[in-house]
Amino acid sequence: MAITSTPTIAATRMFEYDFMRTAFAASGVAAVLAGTVGFFLVLRGQTFAGHALSHVGFTGATGAVLFGLSPLGGLVGFTLVAGIAMGLFGEKLAERDVAIGMMLSLALGLGLLFLHFYTSAATQAAALLFGNVLGVDNSALLTLLLMAAASLAALAFIVRPLIFASLQAELAEARGVPLRFVSAAFLAIVAIATAECAQIVGVLLVFTLMVGPAAAAQNFSRRLALGVALSAGLALAEAWGGLTLAFYSDWPTSFWITALSGVVYFASIAVRRLAA
Amino acid sequence: MSALRFDDVTIRLGGRDILSAASFVVEDREFIGMLGANGAGKTTLMRAALGLTPVASGTISVLDQPVTRGHSSIGYMPQNRGLALGLRLTGYDVVASAAIGARFGFARLDKATRREIDWALDHVDARELARRSLGELSGGERQRLLLSQALLGRPRLLLLDEPLISLDPAHQNGVVDIARRLRDELKVAIVFSAHELNPLVNAIDRVLYLGAGAAVIGPVEEVVTGPVLSRLYGAEIEVVRIKDRFFVMAGDVDVEHDAHRHEHGDHVHAHDRGDAHV
Repeated sequence: MAITSTPTIAATRMFEYDFMRTAFAASGVAAVLAGTVGFFLVLRGQTFAGHALSHVGFTGATGAVLFGLSPLGGLVGFTLVAGIAMGLFGEKLAERDVAIGMMLSLALGLGLLFLHFYTSAATQAAALLFGNVLGVDNSALLTLLLMAAASLAALAFIVRPLIFASLQAELAEARGVPLRFVSAAFLAIVAIATAECAQIVGVLLVFTLMVGPAAAAQNFSRRLALGVALSAGLALAEAWGGLTLAFYSDWPTSFWITALSGVVYFASIAVRRLAA
Repeated sequence: MSALRFDDVTIRLGGRDILSAASFVVEDREFIGMLGANGAGKTTLMRAALGLTPVASGTISVLDQPVTRGHSSIGYMPQNRGLALGLRLTGYDVVASAAIGARFGFARLDKATRREIDWALDHVDARELARRSLGELSGGERQRLLLSQALLGRPRLLLLDEPLISLDPAHQNGVVDIARRLRDELKVAIVFSAHELNPLVNAIDRVLYLGAGAAVIGPVEEVVTGPVLSRLYGAEIEVVRIKDRFFVMAGDVDVEHDAHRHEHGDHVHAHDRGDAHV
């Protein structure tokens, strides 16, 4: 009721809570990173690799909890190693999808085993799988911010060769672009973005922030630079929109973000069809 | 100065000699048509000249210098296999990504680079095409646009891998005309690989024919003959010439034409209609 009649007052009330301010900041940081990185993931046709990385992160996080370490550290460490390994597999490996799929199920299985040993982990597991943005504290927020800044800087450094290699690998190779290095470096960046997203929407729903906005942006725009900006903007809007809706409806944030991401993506398909 | 020189070059891939002790020279400003059966090593030869495929023995030199990877004097157009991922993007963005794609560190698309891109697009009449997305272009238009990328950096040698593939005859002629014009205007040497000689025969200076590990270069009349091609194909070959058109026949099968059919998965009628082109 209050939402429709007095939006400013309602919004003020939402930002009165410390945990909401932190959640907005954390999801904003993760969304901008995910939208930007995700654009190139979709451009390269590597969305499955991103999906798999998040599951590997689940193993890392549960393993870290089991051994009394920080789940975020385990998540980042595992996705990073797996991302670089996937990148080094090479561009042209025909069985790449099978190899990634096997890695994915192996990782989830191991994660399950770790959970089995760590008996009181039910809530922790749910948070990992479906996200718990309202549980992010200030030190975690700072970590997210630093990781996002480093990832975006690294992405800016490799972005030209990355686009070239994504669109025309053979020509890029002939012009001296080190394809394997670019591929491994990019998947390392994807790993960080995945780990950040997992903090917000959970490992099972990373797709919703990494791929949904990026795929929609590529349907909306035919220009590269505009597409990247649009992808980051959509991810941000979906994350913040989801948080806001969750605050007033008391339904889970992750649900609202997936719903918005899905609506935007399917709308982009409709727009593309109509424009064609 | 020679544009491209192979001295006793042997290239071995997967235990098979693609080239064995092959020698030939492409002179400066020469337009060479490169022919040969599927798997004869046309793409491999280009990749070796680009420093991407190692040679087992012998030396390759480009403009009298040894081969290096990313040689700026070579313009390369790889065989177009799909390019499915960027079809939504405008042609300009694709060409621009090639123009600054070899540079790390967030290279800006500055004025000089934009001028260079426009210059390359103008040389293949693709400035207007570049506004559209790749998916909207016809096969011939797309080839022109991709060809412009080979001109970036103002190379002295162009290696064009099957630019005519899957084009209809009118578009084939258009692409060959552009290549000939580039040779004259930019004073570059061109190695242009193709399945069929006929679209090229009036444009090229000499032909480079690959087969059975050997490479034979020379005027069309001297190379495209029964005895030479029989050796290269390892089968009895007869060359039938009707005015300016050449038909390379094994028995009564047109070898070049059917090789082209195979590439497009058109397997059904490639074998049993050998007399169709006579």
